Amino acid sequence: MLALLGVRDIEALFDEIPASLRSGELAGIGPGLSEQQLMQLMRERAAADGAPLCFLGAGAYEHHIPAPVWSTITRGEFYSAYTPYQAEASQGTLQSIYEYQSMMVSLTGMQVSNASLYDGASAVAEACLMAVRANRRSQAARILWPRTLHPHYRQVALTTAAGQGLSFQSLDYDPVSGQCVLPQLAPDEDVTALVIAQPNFFGVLEDVNALTDWAHARGALVIAVVNPISLAVLSAPGQWGSRGADIVVGEGQPLGCPLSSGGPYFGFMTTRLQFVRQMPGRIAGRTLDLDGRPGFTLTLQAREQHIRRAKATSNICTNQGLLMMAGTLYLALMGPEGLERVAQACMARTEELVQALCRLPGVRAALSGARFHEAVLQLDRPAGPVLQALAARGILGGLDLGAQYPELGAALLVCATEMRSSEHIERYAQALGELLRAAPTPVPSGPIDRTVSA
Amino acid sequence: MSRIPPDLTYTRSHEWLRSLPDGSVEIGISDHAQEQLGDLVFIELPQVGRRLAAGEACAVVESVKAASDIYAPIAGTVLATNEQLTQAPELVNRDPYGGGWLMRLKPAQAESHAALMSAQDYSAFAEEG
Repeated sequence: MLALLGVRDIEALFDEIPASLRSGELAGIGPGLSEQQLMQLMRERAAADGAPLCFLGAGAYEHHIPAPVWSTITRGEFYSAYTPYQAEASQGTLQSIYEYQSMMVSLTGMQVSNASLYDGASAVAEACLMAVRANRRSQAARILWPRTLHPHYRQVALTTAAGQGLSFQSLDYDPVSGQCVLPQLAPDEDVTALVIAQPNFFGVLEDVNALTDWAHARGALVIAVVNPISLAVLSAPGQWGSRGADIVVGEGQPLGCPLSSGGPYFGFMTTRLQFVRQMPGRIAGRTLDLDGRPGFTLTLQAREQHIRRAKATSNICTNQGLLMMAGTLYLALMGPEGLERVAQACMARTEELVQALCRLPGVRAALSGARFHEAVLQLDRPAGPVLQALAARGILGGLDLGAQYPELGAALLVCATEMRSSEHIERYAQALGELLRAAPTPVPSGPIDRTVSA
Repeated sequence: MSRIPPDLTYTRSHEWLRSLPDGSVEIGISDHAQEQLGDLVFIELPQVGRRLAAGEACAVVESVKAASDIYAPIAGTVLATNEQLTQAPELVNRDPYGGGWLMRLKPAQAESHAALMSAQDYSAFAEEG
């Protein structure tokens, strides 16, 4: 075969991949391990992660996953099912996609959903590209987004949209409340879409009605980026402002997906019916077969690349079937009431966490805006070493915001979901208190608090 | 044997063009084209006022099995689009030269459709296909 291809060896087939990206050998792992040796190795490596107490959110959240979710998902019919191209052989898969779509439409207050995308970040990228296609009035391909939109989502959208002529403008946030500040624009400036993150990356809640109406008054579409658990207690994006959001996306991980060191997760996207032909991704529809009996099928496929090729709405030709299924089962098991209880528990726990930590000298809540289940805390010393010391005590204390938001100074993003009990929170407060007392602080810039006890 | 009205002119991409008394032109797709595409389910038409170059992709017709671009036979400005097609795309299948018209253009130059095929030439062309 090599001779037939006119290639000297197998390696030559990979010539296109730059040498700097080739991984080469696996360090410290010999060839041809037995199953037993491999399992031993994997167990040792997995144990290195430990099982820290998690107060870290920033886009992925630890929630309780009811047992039936994964015992159902791991059934062979779901676990290894492929894309349902052949409708007559895939009614089960297609029906479950249809149920998922129905639930997301209901949750977001919109009219149509796709079968899911890869994750929240790529969903935001797809939404920006979709808005440019859908907003026929706008010529600018210009997106406004807040700095308080998740930094990873912005980075992924920039990478995806780089070759497509989109421009992005960052909006600042009010340093007191943490809410997005709208820019001063000339009346005729062309804006294609405004991205609204609710809650934003700091956990702060935005005035979504005002932002939505501002965008629509300027002829811009509104892209809502939302946390699905929060939708149980916040107004649905379809209800924002006087017209509602135009495209809704977000990270589906909180719905039945474990943290798994970062993935796989799933992204969701819903929109209005008028934009459905610009929406990327699979869509399952309900219809009648030749005998007039109801059934399900993939529909509106002329949007997709196996028909439209270069003019398709996206190059995605799949969905995150397994994780989408987990999300669907989670929603079905929790129901609207259960979801609301989870949301309220998260808010209450985060409030409890913030109170407990802010009782410690050297810790203060940075932003005054109402919040969902995360908060920004400022420390009297650099956050990095504090987090390291907490990690050594088995606590993931939060995210160091210094790299992305240096203007906040020494700041942490902390989160407490329904998984964090009062005991857990007390443990964190105790550990942090000990750390802050044990080590001297840098020279303070303001008046020294002489009431701090040793 | 598809219908090819003799009073229209045609393109190699199966659009037809009809000159209207007021100097504007009406555009659609031929009987041959609608036959090949199958039942149409959706038509995407350009915005009124849009300026088109000759040969520019300006509309999309979508059937159950394919989505095809429609190209402007001549350069011009979109004066009107057939709004009935939003509710009834099947008009293009049933009456491709009448009720299934897609759009009306104001030509950028007079007599620019002299370069298009006559019905006879189109008939020969479509036969080969």
